[in-house]
Amino acid sequence: MDREEAKRIIEALLFVSDKPISIDTIKEILKHIEPPEVRDIIGELNREYVASGRSFSIKEIAGGFQMLTDPIYSRWVAILYKKGSDKLTGPSLETLAIIAYKQPITRTDIEAIRGVNVDGVLKTLEERNLARTKGRLDAPGRPILYVTTNEFLQHFGLRSLDELPNLKEFQESDLDFVREANRSEVVNKETGKLEESVMPVQAEGGGADGS
Amino acid sequence: MTYKVKLEVFEGPLDLLLYLIKKEEVDIYDIPIAKITDQYLEYLELMQLLDLSIAGEFLVMAATLMHIKSKLLLPPDETSVEGEEENDPRAELVKRLLEYKKFKEAAAELAQKESQQKHFFPRVGSGINIDELPAPEAEAFEATLFDLITAFTKVLRDIPKDIFHRIVKDEFTVSEKIHDILHMLVDNKALMFTDLFKAAKNKTEIITIFLAVLELIKIREVNIVQHAPFGEIEIVRSRESIKPNSST
Repeated sequence: MDREEAKRIIEALLFVSDKPISIDTIKEILKHIEPPEVRDIIGELNREYVASGRSFSIKEIAGGFQMLTDPIYSRWVAILYKKGSDKLTGPSLETLAIIAYKQPITRTDIEAIRGVNVDGVLKTLEERNLARTKGRLDAPGRPILYVTTNEFLQHFGLRSLDELPNLKEFQESDLDFVREANRSEVVNKETGKLEESVMPVQAEGGGADGS
Repeated sequence: MTYKVKLEVFEGPLDLLLYLIKKEEVDIYDIPIAKITDQYLEYLELMQLLDLSIAGEFLVMAATLMHIKSKLLLPPDETSVEGEEENDPRAELVKRLLEYKKFKEAAAELAQKESQQKHFFPRVGSGINIDELPAPEAEAFEATLFDLITAFTKVLRDIPKDIFHRIVKDEFTVSEKIHDILHMLVDNKALMFTDLFKAAKNKTEIITIFLAVLELIKIREVNIVQHAPFGEIEIVRSRESIKPNSST
């Protein structure tokens, strides 16, 4: 088939699909085409859309490509297609963030970081297909492991897990605050109560937190 | 009268500590344990007063904080070799807080990405819903439960002593207060949190009003907003609850 025909076929596939289509899938369907050519064609299609003022374009997302409408029109499209109020809650987002960066991870390890039970949250995330179970850890109790899904990538507009924003790492050295604690017990003159004050002789770190 | 308000997925002790650290503007690398512990315990007491179900983890953290505090009160171990470093008993806790904070910040970034992605629509699957308009971007940001409790603590502190100690037979129920508040919201777009308590005659009434607010939040009739961090709290009608010809 010639390039024009391939282009129209790829466009048709993208038009009907309600999920991102991977290059592999396109290759399966079209057979004699290579990934770079697919990317080229998609680039061409996008240029055509811009030139003719289309209200959508082809985006790379979740390991594939998908036609998505221009955000400018979201107000109107949202009327047709409810997408407004299903934002995730704080605890859900935090739990999801932990799974995303540390996957695969067990429930216990998630709870160790969050400091609180996550059963309810995990259930919600599984129901929404943003996280799922994937095997068990080879350790006592054989606990279940959790990972994020493809739907997760779509929900946050990520091409792949590589696109997760970098974690703001604190410096390990910031924690080596070795203090020759100069402890003095101070009695508060007003209340007569004993107050402790730890006066660091050598304080390291601090300030990186910036809150 | 026992009125148990159960708020699910209550943010945990690390959340509360980070909140206190931020509010008191202390250095996370040099936490004044005595002060923070006292505030933490004050919050737990208030949560118990309101019959909020407290996850066990909160109590474990309370014990941890007191343990650290007591360690800091002890004189340095004199049997340790000269020049040997003593571990700061806060180190473990700070490490946990920083780890949690890392992911909290990551979650905030993900939330931003989620917001942006919401405006891109794909081909719909087989379940199109024709529904209400999406909520407009809030100019104020949603206050957290802790902000609400902070504000309530202030209210309790500011009421005149005689009202505070008056013990009176219950004359009002939470349901009544819920209706009162909703009634006020018909005429006013937003209510200042502190205004709700101005006419209260005793401590029981104050607590009943607060429980009414919590219940309204829980059933999503109202939202609480602040225009600045730790600023005045406002109660507003939540979008989902605004229906034409609403009788309340």
